[in-house]
Amino acid sequence: MRPFLLSLATAVLLALAALCPAPALAQGAAEILTANRALIEKPTRAKIAPVIAALAESGDPLAATVLAAWAEKGLGLRKADGAFFLIDRSGDGWALRGLDGADAGMAARSDIMELRPNAGVRGLIATALVQFTLSDPDPARRAGAVESIARDPSADHLEPLRASLETEADPALLSQKARLERLLTLRFDPDPAARVAAIEGFGADLGLDLRAALNPLLATTRMAFAGDPPEGANVARMLVPGRDLTGGEAYDLLVAAGMAPARLTVEEARAALLANIVDGAVGGVPVADLGTQAARERAYTALETAGTVPQAATDAEVEAAIAAHRFAEVYAEPDAAVTTAAKAALDAIGMKVGAMQAADLALDAVSLASIYFLAAIGLAITFGVMRVINMAHGEFIMMGAYTGYVVQLFIADYTLSILVALPLAFAVTFAAGVAMERLVIRHLYKRPLETLLATFGISIALQQIAKNVFGTQARPLTAPAWLDGALTFNDVVSISYIRIAIFVLALVFLLFFLWLMRRTRLGLEVRAVTQNPSMAASMGINPDRINMLTFGLGSGIAGIAGVAIGLYAKVTSELGSDYIVQSFMTVVVGGVGNIWGTLAGAALIGVLQKGIEWLNPSNTLAAQTYMILFIILFIQFRPRGIIALKGRAAGD
Amino acid sequence: MTRQTFVERSFLAKNPSVLWFILILALFTLGVTVLSEAYGVAFLSTSFVKTLGKTLCLCLVALAMDLIWGYAGILSLGHMAFFALGGYGLGMWLMYARTEEIVVAALAQGGLPATPEEVRQGIAVQIFGVVGASEFPPIWAFAHSFWAQMALVVLVPGGLALVFGWLAFRSRVTGVYLSILTQAMTLALALYLFQNDSGLRGNNGLSGLQNLPGLGDVSQDALSVWFFWASAFALGAGYVLLAWVVSGKFGSVIRAIRDDEQRVRFLGYSVEGYKLFVFTLTAVIAAIAGALYYPQAGIINPAELAPIASIYLAVWVAIGGRGRLYGAVIGAAFVSLLSSWFTGGRAPSVPLGFYTVNWVDWWLVLLGLSFVAVTLFAPKGMGGLFDLWAGVRSPDRKGAALGPDDGALMEREAKE
Repeated sequence: MRPFLLSLATAVLLALAALCPAPALAQGAAEILTANRALIEKPTRAKIAPVIAALAESGDPLAATVLAAWAEKGLGLRKADGAFFLIDRSGDGWALRGLDGADAGMAARSDIMELRPNAGVRGLIATALVQFTLSDPDPARRAGAVESIARDPSADHLEPLRASLETEADPALLSQKARLERLLTLRFDPDPAARVAAIEGFGADLGLDLRAALNPLLATTRMAFAGDPPEGANVARMLVPGRDLTGGEAYDLLVAAGMAPARLTVEEARAALLANIVDGAVGGVPVADLGTQAARERAYTALETAGTVPQAATDAEVEAAIAAHRFAEVYAEPDAAVTTAAKAALDAIGMKVGAMQAADLALDAVSLASIYFLAAIGLAITFGVMRVINMAHGEFIMMGAYTGYVVQLFIADYTLSILVALPLAFAVTFAAGVAMERLVIRHLYKRPLETLLATFGISIALQQIAKNVFGTQARPLTAPAWLDGALTFNDVVSISYIRIAIFVLALVFLLFFLWLMRRTRLGLEVRAVTQNPSMAASMGINPDRINMLTFGLGSGIAGIAGVAIGLYAKVTSELGSDYIVQSFMTVVVGGVGNIWGTLAGAALIGVLQKGIEWLNPSNTLAAQTYMILFIILFIQFRPRGIIALKGRAAGD
Repeated sequence: MTRQTFVERSFLAKNPSVLWFILILALFTLGVTVLSEAYGVAFLSTSFVKTLGKTLCLCLVALAMDLIWGYAGILSLGHMAFFALGGYGLGMWLMYARTEEIVVAALAQGGLPATPEEVRQGIAVQIFGVVGASEFPPIWAFAHSFWAQMALVVLVPGGLALVFGWLAFRSRVTGVYLSILTQAMTLALALYLFQNDSGLRGNNGLSGLQNLPGLGDVSQDALSVWFFWASAFALGAGYVLLAWVVSGKFGSVIRAIRDDEQRVRFLGYSVEGYKLFVFTLTAVIAAIAGALYYPQAGIINPAELAPIASIYLAVWVAIGGRGRLYGAVIGAAFVSLLSSWFTGGRAPSVPLGFYTVNWVDWWLVLLGLSFVAVTLFAPKGMGGLFDLWAGVRSPDRKGAALGPDDGALMEREAKE
């Protein structure tokens, strides 16, 4: 309603301005100023409007300069002859320029009256200026004006914007302006038909700006009515107490509308009772008995009857009041046609946004799955192929991440440092893995539970060493600039380049693993040693060497995964333990001993976690909880994982 | 049957270590009482008495761990979760009742006697204000009743263990898979409790548990000794119970399950039933230990049931010596006391010239590595020392496996 009134008022004022004798059209800016000198000296918002409008419509190129200077207190009036100047403070006096910008010498402080428009007048000037900036010869300023209107649209901008459409030469800017014009139309145009047309013209557009423009149209307030809602009210829906809103909320509406007395709160009742203790009793009820709500209500009712306290609604009265009234959600927008069209448009957008969100969610899930896959692929080798439980796997991931951090300390260029860090992290964790296999795991191949324990011990020690060396605070591992930002499809679907990089890395590892296990001599020997070490040894394979290399390889891949994960998460000494349980889950759920199983496990866990997060977006902790519960249940039904090995390869 | 043979065949006669254990525990309890501030010569500070009392609780949960891991061969990484659940169970009552006292006292200043609604509202605001709630979550329905909450201390962890164990054992999840699964359960529980809307105050946990309701005028000096007695009694009772459980036929069966599950199943035993019983029993014992532990610690929060806590439990038992009850007690007492000595900053730093080894920072490294060393070189743990002393040696099997399956210890390994 308000914007409409405003534009109406503006229109009336414009008409008045045209009728006024003083500022005739087609005058120069200087003449208008001189003619309205008295008004300009002491401007009020109401009276100055025609003058500003006249300036704006004068067609004089100086008008924009004058208005801008005026708004910024850069316009002065020489007291002696009433001439206007652009003024700049200069030492003790003013440096004067004529309205056309020509230097006009200096003036003493006291000779010039600085014009100081108040906030209301400045607002009018700013609106008038919009049309100048919208048609400014400089495209950058025009774009700036369009942006500023889009940020803070109002009804006043509609007319200047429409006017500037015709003269716009830049096609990109023209389409921006046209879109903005439609957005303003659907909100502020006085003609409902034009608004509906504008709304329908957008269709299921996904732009955030459109939703931002449509949503205020559908803003509702809850209201209480004695009977049916009045004729003019644009009712969104009726509310039934008990179903759509609680009795308490309904009564609060009545109280807020002044249609019922306020309900007594426990504190007020308590204060009233306390204030009326007479001889150790309130309203005839002894104080010692006031330990129950019922007794307190009795006492208060007695006080009410005696007239010492104000009447307050009892529960029965509240119910009666609620039953006697009707409640509805009413649109702030009065025109039903507009709200219907807006609602239809928003619903259509909602459908499309939902589909897009599903796509976005799928992208998120894929990227999470690739992170889990990266974290788990080393395990797929050590645990899946060799059946060695390595609880220090997470710490190898952490070592890789810290290697990346240390490399960045020495190499400032982020691209180069990442390129150095990847092989270096592999080397470091490969060495650590080989050392661990030689020193510890070799002795425990027959005792899997104790491998688990011993590697736990190593994990505890490694984590604490990292804490001692690097401190407890998170260390940054910065991605190169070309990985910053995101690949944006529209306002809903986007994915950051780092996640794409991690996805690609996961894919590379998958192919590498397949190639290694199926196409190389090492892979053949690894498979042979895993299936039957003594037979492999009889064939001239050295099982010790193969075990060592395989374990080192698994650990080295964990190190590379660490660099990738470090780019995405903060590097702390707990980085690895955050992933270890999920990594084992990935391998176990997928099916031990099969890389496709690990892939399926990672995909399942990624999709599952994102799906649960989507159902309950505020709470990622809960998502993880439910995901783990789901996995525990899943293992009940497929104890050997999604892809179970069969036959001799299964081992047992 | 003559009296003589009855004594010879009785449980205690077959297990002299139980008598020794009870005797040592009793002497220890007596000694601590005499040296305490409340009832003796004040040689031991109250906080140290509390530390000793907590250590006894840890010994009790280590006993439970020994039964499930050392005897039944199930490496559970979830028993500290049951321990913490027990602590939460009792902690809820302690916090409720204590807050109730405070709220009632505060409302009594108000001039009118408080209504039950006001009291309940006051308690709820006091307890849950910190997580921005003022209503009691449904799981606090029994918090006002000591006996109901005590029952929950046993029923919740026991029920959880029963359901989880049933699901896991039924689908024949064994070995390392079961370990990982229990660890996942612990992690899920911890993550759940970390949420503010879990109803248990999120990561603030429950606090002020050292104050017993109704006993405001009893000093902490006396309370610490009372809890010490209770912990000592629980440990003694738990030891006797578990010693009895493992000494009879039941003990033989679960040891047999550890050594060769398939063979026991083929012999007609319900392996799953035995495992489930042991899992649930040990969960309940762990919960009772937790219920005694946290009033002495004063505070419980979800960090207590992080997966790492259960791993430390396994570390204690492994260092003490699996498969013998006193080994678990020795391991838990030794490692946890040593741990608090090292991390308490009282251990002297070791200057190496170029670097000073500060034990607060390096203790965990030492613990982790010594754990690796114990696993590699002394699978029998500290309890193995008793074998040396008593002259018990492993039979010479010419290097063959000690047990029938692939996972059994080779004799060569056992000797290493």
